[in-house]
Amino acid sequence: MSHKKYWKGIEELEQTPEHQQAVANEFQQDLPVLGLSDKLLDATTPRRDFLKFLGFSTVAATLAASCEMPVRKAIPYAIRPDAELLTPSVPNYYASTFSDNGDSCAVIVKTRDGRPIMIEPNTLSTVTQGGISARVIAATLSLYDTARLRGPYVNQQPVSTWDKVDAPITQALANAGGAVYLVTGTINSPTTKEIINRFLAKYPGSKHIQYDAVSYSGMLLANEMSYGKRALPTYHFDKVQTVFSIGADFLCTWLAPVEFSAGFSKTRKILGKDAKNATMSKHYQVEGMMTLSGANADERATCKPSEYGKVASALYAAITGGSVNTGSKNVDKLIVAAAADLKKGNGLVVCNSNDVNVQVVVNAINSAIGANGTTIDWSATSNYKQGIDSEMVTFVNALDAGQVGAVLIHGVNPVYDYFDGEKFKKALAKAKVSISFNDRLDETTQACNYAVPDNHWLESWGDAEPRTGYYSFMQPTIAPLFKTRAFQDSLLKWTGADLATDNYHNFYNQYWVAKLGGQSNFDKALQDGVAEPASPTMSGASFSGNVADAMTKASAVKGGAYEVVVYETMAIGSGGAWSNNPWLQETPDPITKATWDNYVMMAPLTAKTQFDAELSGINEVVRERRVVKVTANGKTVSLPIVVVPGMHKDVIAVAVGYGRHEKVGRASTNGQNAFPLVGFNGQTFGYASEAKIEKTADLYPVAITQTHLSSENRPHVREYTLEEFKKDPRGLINERKEELKHFTHLEWEGHEADDPNADFDEEGFVKNGTMYPVHEKPGIKWGMSIDLNTCTGCAACVVACQAENNVSVVGKHEVMKSQEMSWIRIDRYFSGNPDDGDSIQAIFQPVMCQHCDNAPCENVCPVSATNHSSEGLNQMAYNRCIGTKYCANNCPYKVRRFNWFDFNGADAFADNQYEDGQRDDINDSLTRMVLNPDVTVRSRGVMEKCSFCVQRLQDAKLVAKKEGHPLKDGQAKTACQVACASNCITFGNVNDKESEIYKVRYEDNKERVFYMLEQLHILPNVNYLSKIRNAKEVLAGNGDKNNTRDEMANQHI
Amino acid sequence: MSAYLKSKTFLQRVSLLILTVLFSFLTTRSSAQDGKALFVTNCASCHNPFKDATGPALQGRAATLPSKEWLYKWVHNSAALIASGDKDAVAVYNEYGKTAMTAFPQLSEKDIDAIIAYVDGLPKPGGDGGSKPKEETPQEDNTVMYTIITLGLALLIFILTRVNKTLNKVANDKQGQPTKRETPLFKSKVTIAIFSIILLCLAGYWITNGAINMGRQQNYMPKQPIFYSHKVHAGVNQINCLYCHAGAEKSRQAMIPSTNVCMNCHKQINEYTGTEKLITYEGKEVNGTLEIQKLYKAAGWDPVKKAYNRDAEGNILATPIEWVKIHNLPDHVYFNHSQHVAVGKVQCQTCHGAIQEMDEVHQDQPLSMGWCINCHRTTNVQFKENDYYSIYQKYHQEIKEGKREGVTEGEMGGTECQKCHY
Repeated sequence: MSHKKYWKGIEELEQTPEHQQAVANEFQQDLPVLGLSDKLLDATTPRRDFLKFLGFSTVAATLAASCEMPVRKAIPYAIRPDAELLTPSVPNYYASTFSDNGDSCAVIVKTRDGRPIMIEPNTLSTVTQGGISARVIAATLSLYDTARLRGPYVNQQPVSTWDKVDAPITQALANAGGAVYLVTGTINSPTTKEIINRFLAKYPGSKHIQYDAVSYSGMLLANEMSYGKRALPTYHFDKVQTVFSIGADFLCTWLAPVEFSAGFSKTRKILGKDAKNATMSKHYQVEGMMTLSGANADERATCKPSEYGKVASALYAAITGGSVNTGSKNVDKLIVAAAADLKKGNGLVVCNSNDVNVQVVVNAINSAIGANGTTIDWSATSNYKQGIDSEMVTFVNALDAGQVGAVLIHGVNPVYDYFDGEKFKKALAKAKVSISFNDRLDETTQACNYAVPDNHWLESWGDAEPRTGYYSFMQPTIAPLFKTRAFQDSLLKWTGADLATDNYHNFYNQYWVAKLGGQSNFDKALQDGVAEPASPTMSGASFSGNVADAMTKASAVKGGAYEVVVYETMAIGSGGAWSNNPWLQETPDPITKATWDNYVMMAPLTAKTQFDAELSGINEVVRERRVVKVTANGKTVSLPIVVVPGMHKDVIAVAVGYGRHEKVGRASTNGQNAFPLVGFNGQTFGYASEAKIEKTADLYPVAITQTHLSSENRPHVREYTLEEFKKDPRGLINERKEELKHFTHLEWEGHEADDPNADFDEEGFVKNGTMYPVHEKPGIKWGMSIDLNTCTGCAACVVACQAENNVSVVGKHEVMKSQEMSWIRIDRYFSGNPDDGDSIQAIFQPVMCQHCDNAPCENVCPVSATNHSSEGLNQMAYNRCIGTKYCANNCPYKVRRFNWFDFNGADAFADNQYEDGQRDDINDSLTRMVLNPDVTVRSRGVMEKCSFCVQRLQDAKLVAKKEGHPLKDGQAKTACQVACASNCITFGNVNDKESEIYKVRYEDNKERVFYMLEQLHILPNVNYLSKIRNAKEVLAGNGDKNNTRDEMANQHI
Repeated sequence: MSAYLKSKTFLQRVSLLILTVLFSFLTTRSSAQDGKALFVTNCASCHNPFKDATGPALQGRAATLPSKEWLYKWVHNSAALIASGDKDAVAVYNEYGKTAMTAFPQLSEKDIDAIIAYVDGLPKPGGDGGSKPKEETPQEDNTVMYTIITLGLALLIFILTRVNKTLNKVANDKQGQPTKRETPLFKSKVTIAIFSIILLCLAGYWITNGAINMGRQQNYMPKQPIFYSHKVHAGVNQINCLYCHAGAEKSRQAMIPSTNVCMNCHKQINEYTGTEKLITYEGKEVNGTLEIQKLYKAAGWDPVKKAYNRDAEGNILATPIEWVKIHNLPDHVYFNHSQHVAVGKVQCQTCHGAIQEMDEVHQDQPLSMGWCINCHRTTNVQFKENDYYSIYQKYHQEIKEGKREGVTEGEMGGTECQKCHY
């Protein structure tokens, strides 16, 4: 094991006084007593008053709690739907397709009594390969968003009938003189395209413009120049041996992260049993900011985004035998090593630059290393993004010149997300009529004459073609909640169609029945959710671009003293409805672990030396952050600094999707809009620009979760290089044997020295290490294994857990008090020198309740509200809990969460509700439809924690019992396991020797198994598999600044 | 229990035994048993043995049919028979309001014979239905008598004590001895202490018990919007519980039937002709026919036109009936009917009481956690019958070795918190 020092944040590395204090206090704030003045707290209470209060409260409590039981009604259906379709409280599952401006994902939607409550991946799709993302899972909450429009609007005022919008719009379109523009995000639905064509044909001269807020125009145009196709190829990350990414965060946000991370994880799986021949892909990353992909890379170096062209050119030179000189030693070293690896075959180079020239060079490299046809497939192109930036700019100019008769806007929000939103807003007013199909009164819809809201995708028929020839189908899982109308139906209506017969649904049916060859084929496709080619082919394309010219131009890009990267976060993306999704707002960003805000990501050294954000400013314990003014492309935003190790010292990064108008929703207003920082070079939008940074006197609090719940430097992760592991696969077993031998083998009981080739004696460890009796688990014993090698930290599991288990959203202020409720958190550990961005490595470790068989929490509960089940579950009985919090205090993993308030409206007492003005919509009766009826909604004053999704386990057992067979492996799955695109969570019955979990632990991967803090002998039921890094050293760059071994690494407590 | 009572039960048992033996000789053995079960499960919701319901009265009907084969065909798939143009089939179909009979392909010919045998063998109602067990004379309540005697005796003790005291005083006076003035009993510190402690204990007991029972509703019997008698449906007419409460085997909820399920039978049955009067808890007599009218109103059925009222789009104009929920569990309790009915094979009556005898339903059991747990502790799971339990090798071994007879739900972990609370 490498004894490198891991730290969660810089304050932990530096051991600041604030941090030490935070570690010493279990709860980082005093009791959250709101609104009590000192006078009241200091007041003395005479004895008589005390007795009066006592008597009154006893009687009041008795009266309030008891006496009259309310009369409850049980109201059956008047006419029950077909029993095949619906049995109350039995969930139905429908295959459908998530669709959001070109992003699509095949999913299975779980509906309970007609309400969609959970979204899971569709494993039949070979495109997403059973992957899903946090945003897709959170879509159910957006369905029940109170900010959604409940019918058509005219000039910001609701109208009662469709006629009141249809008649004037049809009139206006007819009078527009052909200058009709339909502006949408990328449309990859074949039928919607047909409908759009029909609409365009009705109004000759009208145009359809596809516009992507975060665009891939540079790649599309570069591909046209290199291969003659204005398209994006399909990247087969599942086939790569070496991937070199220049700034592209392909595991988190770039193009199709679900598809890529699912595929890439297949190349990162290591089996301990064939360790000697273990192979694993190698991932190089050169980037300006710290992205999730960079954090997961094997080798990483930083450069400014303006130098991406230089890096690409240098890599091309290295591959074609030229010399490498980018100006950075570390980058050069990386390029030389990568070039050698890439040439070995199955290499792939990706880059997130929107500069055409850089992308042409990348194409040239991919062509030179033979990626076309091996990892890049041109036979089936990717259709996620199709927008061409210059078309949009031309359109806005025409709009500004008053040449546009009618504008129809679907899915996109240019007033907010166009680089010059102000100009767009002014220009939009010059159009004779403007219509928005967006689901809420967002920034653009407010500037439109008409709002004709489209259905949510969970309410719609539809389809998607994410990859040419790979179809994915959408079917409604609930009738439209509001008076909204399908976008396609609106278009048809305005072509004069009679919607009673000539509607989108009929067209959709006819189209697919014809295309798939019959109703039964279509029915099957709809049931499966996907229709794909039977035998996928793969082909390359021949490169014919002008590399020399592109290299000259790409290398000539001038940078600035500072550069700002405008990026999308994993959760919020480019904005849209996601900005008002409290689940996503409260999901900690994988890298910064910040919630509810955007901020300026900055290297620690820069913050310290240039912006006087001395320790207090880079300290995650102190919430107040220095605010800086960032100016780029003539626009300015003021945001607080959040220091992130691994950033290039001259690069800062700001996320988009924040700072929305309050009508977008109350949860969306934090932060500032970063889209104005985007530039336009005459051809494409630029998401990285030269920036000026000015210090201000302001401070602003940011809610960051990482250093909450410290477990005081105890060693949590085990990491090896691939070489180390291959040389000594049994290293970890031997380490564990050595560390734990005083439990396993009691010399005074006559145990002999251990056989060096024997495995770790788990039975001895369990039995000999305790004076408690060992409770047997006669039937089932649940266990979970988490592979740290494939976990990317993407947080899909966090949101899935929230959706499945009714986990409360607490709001920014409560997060700042470290009172967030998430049952599963992803700990991010850095290692390396924070002052040298190139040296930073990161590890992600999901931590949930470990369900210890010797649980420290169980012993200390005075009312036995938490205790152990015969299946190895650490049970939590909410109705028994009296809220002493002893258990949380005694939990070494800090996974227990206390309900300081009634966050979900579960109490009878209205005064217990917590309101913060931003997350309150979560208690609306509409939003509460998202709650899972099988899980108790917890009230104030009780402890809660991961239950291993016990409701799913119980349900799986019940199904097995009804069918009369023993529980099959894989029949019970936890929500986090299902959501994991990288498939790194294994769960099942350890007592079953045929089960996956048994094989992982005791057969296939026993060499990599370790348990967190197992030296405490608390016998957790969750094990981890060690992280294997495919790098020479575990530590890159110039090494560990303090060069101290983790002082706790060998310490047994 | 007195010896008299004991002897009475003994007599009852003997007579019951004799009756059973006699009865088993008289009836056509096992087929009748099967016939009954089959009839109740499959036929009783639409057919009455003695009078026309949704379908014809079944007793004696088989003899009037063209042939046994015809009957089998009819039962297996009446629609096909009608479609084939069979004269008799079409006649029956038209006679009973063109209501198609559900197809029962799962019933074998033997099953059908058993049903016929059972129905034909039933004694006519009103006839001699066999000797009923003697009605028990209600036990006399002696509480009042005992109270009077106790009070009398207490008064006697009091008087005697007073007399004793007075005599003592007189005797003392005579002898010139001074009478020691005793502290009266009610002023004695010991008495006050004892009384306080007793009072405290009683109050504590009462308050604790009261508090525990808060929110429990045993014997709760609310007034329902329609006087629906389980006794008439499940008791007299022997309709299978699962016919209406179809969710009990499949889902968490047993499900209250929607009006269209009621109308499956009540399209035909439009009046209450039962011999027993329907009496409410308060003792008022209920007109069953009027209650059926209430159902028609909710279901959107026009009894005159014998058709549903429909809106322009052809949807039936039905409104759900707002029943008052009787069995309430707290929100933090997860209870699943199918777990108990389908897997545990628990009878409905175990938790709901003799529902088939209730005109108005009340909550029969306390539905408290203690009550649940007690049952889990004592009830055996279907250990040998259900293969799910095959992984519990240890218990199977113990059964084999004769160490145990079965495995209780409690031993399977059925008393653990997270079996019901999550």
